[in-house]
Amino acid sequence: MGFADVLDRIERRNFSEKMENYTEDQVRRALGRERCDQEDFLALLSPAARPWLEEIAVRAQDISVRNFGRTMHLFTPMYLSNYCSNGCVYCGFACSNQIVRKQLSLEEVAQEAGCIAATGLRHILILTGEAPRMASLNYLESCCRILQQHFSSIAIEIYALDTPGYQRLVAAGVDGLTIYQETYNQDLYATLHPFGPKRDFHFRLDAPERGCRAGMRMVSLGALFGLDDWRWDSLCTGLHAAWLQEQYPEVEVSVALPRMRPHAGSYSPAWDVSDVDFVQILLALRLFLPRCGISISTRERAWFRDKLISLGVTRMSAGVSTAVGGHGDTDAGTGQFAISDERSVAEMAAAIMGQGYQPVYQDWRDIRP
Amino acid sequence: MHISSHSDSRTNSDALVIGGVSLTSRLFTGTGKYASDAFIPRVLEASGSEVITVALRRVDLTTQTDTVTRHIPEHMRLLPNTSGARTAEEAVRIARLAKAMGCGNWVKIEVIADNTYLLPDGYETIKATEILAADGFVVLPYVNADLMIARSLVKAGAAAVMPLGAPIGSNRGLQTKEMIRILIEEIPLPIIVDAGIGKPSQACEAMEMGAAACLVNTAIATATDPVAMAHAFGEAVRAGRRAFLAGQAPVSAGRASASSPLTGFLFDS
Repeated sequence: MGFADVLDRIERRNFSEKMENYTEDQVRRALGRERCDQEDFLALLSPAARPWLEEIAVRAQDISVRNFGRTMHLFTPMYLSNYCSNGCVYCGFACSNQIVRKQLSLEEVAQEAGCIAATGLRHILILTGEAPRMASLNYLESCCRILQQHFSSIAIEIYALDTPGYQRLVAAGVDGLTIYQETYNQDLYATLHPFGPKRDFHFRLDAPERGCRAGMRMVSLGALFGLDDWRWDSLCTGLHAAWLQEQYPEVEVSVALPRMRPHAGSYSPAWDVSDVDFVQILLALRLFLPRCGISISTRERAWFRDKLISLGVTRMSAGVSTAVGGHGDTDAGTGQFAISDERSVAEMAAAIMGQGYQPVYQDWRDIRP
Repeated sequence: MHISSHSDSRTNSDALVIGGVSLTSRLFTGTGKYASDAFIPRVLEASGSEVITVALRRVDLTTQTDTVTRHIPEHMRLLPNTSGARTAEEAVRIARLAKAMGCGNWVKIEVIADNTYLLPDGYETIKATEILAADGFVVLPYVNADLMIARSLVKAGAAAVMPLGAPIGSNRGLQTKEMIRILIEEIPLPIIVDAGIGKPSQACEAMEMGAAACLVNTAIATATDPVAMAHAFGEAVRAGRRAFLAGQAPVSAGRASASSPLTGFLFDS
């Protein structure tokens, strides 16, 4: 049994309307619980929770400080390749977009890695589009050999692999997997992914579990907010993380909350996700999953990210470029999406300290023999 | 005052000896969760703590940016921990890495394969303790308050046993009190209560019961004023230890009885 069975038991049809039926009493009850269950989580995501955001925030902050302390883990993404065979309508790297395509040579990888490591970061997230003949497993393994000289932890955000594929990368030194379902609405997923290997909803849905089986230490998942009703995708994200925690207690499961940003191509998000909505998602997830890491990207604006620090976020990217080769001196390709927080690692660290939190540059090191 | 100086000298001669090292303070502290590592030296000074645990996963001796070890004064006894280890094998590797990096031969074994409650794996912890103790490490294993695990740790060569009072970071106090009491009675090693202690009164209570020491991190690091809270914990641990040494007065059953309904007949004339 996989997460698909859990997903099959909840219904997307009439979901948005059903959320209107939750009452403030149910929200108050959720707030009083030691551990929130699925119904509590739904109440916290519902419109009825709106007048209670401050109370929920107090609780979220308390849970986060006890579990994670006043600390914020820093990492940065490094784009290796933007070649892609998918047609995801919301993505700047979609193969139908006329953009500058690029894949870093191993020399360029070393140069980028050196530039990033000089900022003090020790956790790197490497990204590619879906072009397995270009950004092949062999290529990724070679990149890992270089990156290990600069970083204590390597995570991947690449096309979905089968278990042996993940095992190969774990053996090459990868310890973290980030893979977003984008939306848990299966019908919508089909229209957003008109062609390409990513069109297979279930192969992607099961990817986080394959990562756990392959020996990843950290698995991060999430939905791209704005594609569907954010309440639905929040519910499914939370349930997916909870299910993985239950099945693979040895894995550190975390969630990311990416919200749609401008990108190459003409797609505009069907659902508006306001700042208030975004905070409600963050807080509800924190109460439902007290020990789950929560990651916020530079898709969010600087002042807003600063405010989120004390609300339960545990990881933030800093010094970000979404372009291939964006950290070094080489000619960078077109970015995947526009970022809103362009602060350097040092500026981000200062902002975190300004909020009374400690930036953590290294939270894991490779201990393989 | 004769009496107080007597009890003072008694407390001062009451050193805790672990791995051949004599410690005056019975409060062990931690390094995680501080808003800034700059608090650490002040916390240590205020609490009097002499032993501080640090997660090797966070130690980066090569970095240009700030790192935790730079804030730990020279005189402190470093207790590297194996946070992040999911198996005995990983814990052993982390301990050896810590030693190779110059963090000394003390190690707090943490083997946790449950990220929801962060509860320790007793079986893997025993295995790691056996290997590292044979290797010459001074091993302080973090475990559930369980007599059978503790007995195995004695055989495995542990230098102390560190049972949890409640899950890490929960601040829920001595939820495992009865089990800790049994360990104190039965185990011939120092019992150091680790994890769960949320308030100085709870640390004091553990010491009154006869615990050898307490390790406190979250309750100090996340307090509004960590330095003042460290001071309070230092005093609570000292007070609890003195009370233990003083010998607690018998506790009344709570009900005074004028007659003796069960044995009175023996004395009826």
